[in-house]
Amino acid sequence: MATLSAVLATTHHPFFYKATELTPPEEQMPQAAEWKSKVESYRETLTAAQPDLLVMVGSDHFHQFFYDNYPTFLIGKQPRYDATFYNEVREFSMPTYELEGHEELSGFMLQGLLDRGFDFSVSHELKIDHSIICPIITTRPDGDLPIVPIYTNIFAPPLPSPKRFYQLGRAIREIIEEFPTDKRIAAIGSGHLSLELGGPRMFEDHGPDPEWDLQAIEWLANGDIEAILENVTWESMSKSGNATPGFLDLILMLGIAGPEKAAYVDQLDLYHTREMYMTWYPDGDPRKEAAA
Amino acid sequence: MSKYAVNKFLFQIDRDPELLAGYKADPEAMVARWEAEMAPLLGPWGQTVEKSTVVTLTPEERRMLVEHDYVGLFEMGAHYFLTLTIFIGIYEEDYMARSGPLAFQKEYRDKLSHWIGKQYPSVAL
Repeated sequence: MATLSAVLATTHHPFFYKATELTPPEEQMPQAAEWKSKVESYRETLTAAQPDLLVMVGSDHFHQFFYDNYPTFLIGKQPRYDATFYNEVREFSMPTYELEGHEELSGFMLQGLLDRGFDFSVSHELKIDHSIICPIITTRPDGDLPIVPIYTNIFAPPLPSPKRFYQLGRAIREIIEEFPTDKRIAAIGSGHLSLELGGPRMFEDHGPDPEWDLQAIEWLANGDIEAILENVTWESMSKSGNATPGFLDLILMLGIAGPEKAAYVDQLDLYHTREMYMTWYPDGDPRKEAAA
Repeated sequence: MSKYAVNKFLFQIDRDPELLAGYKADPEAMVARWEAEMAPLLGPWGQTVEKSTVVTLTPEERRMLVEHDYVGLFEMGAHYFLTLTIFIGIYEEDYMARSGPLAFQKEYRDKLSHWIGKQYPSVAL
């Protein structure tokens, strides 16, 4: 059976690449070096887990999906995926990618989800957007591993409940561990802490609700799903910023990790939003084994 | 109110550099062209065979799109991401050249400041 060697939950900041790689040093924001250094440290938490395959969780930002037919939960099942849309290149100067897929695990995951009552949509012509490419850039910039992309709706309300996102994560965990292979699989998901887009609290010196961000990081880092389910609702998230429901994908990742303390927790308070970098090692911490 | 139609306009124009340039240069002509040629076709992806009769703008929605009235669009519940993205695409470079990074985003934000502390208009359809 497969080994789930790491679970990564992170915010995604589409300006990271532009801010740290494309902007000349003399024009970079003051935090650019620190930001890059934190990302590189985070990347090592994935590298240490020696993954062969990546299950990626993200959300389409009206790039491929629109209100004519917006899927709640969707999985891609393709031999390869194109990534990064024209308007993401335009606004964020993000690189394009062609990522290898893993049709066998996509199919196994789809069937396993259906068997567990998660009636997923499936796409055979899915183009990947920055919710998955940002964590590729930060944690696996060579884009050299096959992916299984899972998309959730965190954008076009009404949305499934936080509990449902957590349960979906639990189901994904079970299915990964039942996949008949000797490969090592890492699950990487991106979402948001408090975030405002196109509203009166965007692009401030901090995110729209810095105190909530700290609370949310503490909940996730402690694996405290009970506190999350007691406190986090559509209304509460919306109060912290109109795009804060992106936190649901981080709850999903906690579902994959399970109610456990994270092995790696880091964050960076930036203008507009706070970044979060978190890793769990369900199969044991490879960094400790290396040190022993 | 037809949030769907407004969102469809924003979605379709933003993803095509030629349409976006047209919407910047002559918004009234672009909105008129969209209503005549794009709105009556099924779906947002530019197929040209299947018709759709369900996508129409109200006069007020047409005015907001023609005037690039992103405050009005926020207040009618057009999706915040579509609205922000398309108007960054239209205005960011000019504002940057004049007033530096994020100048447009900050002006956009400040024009909405009367919503701080209030429940925003819903983007749900």
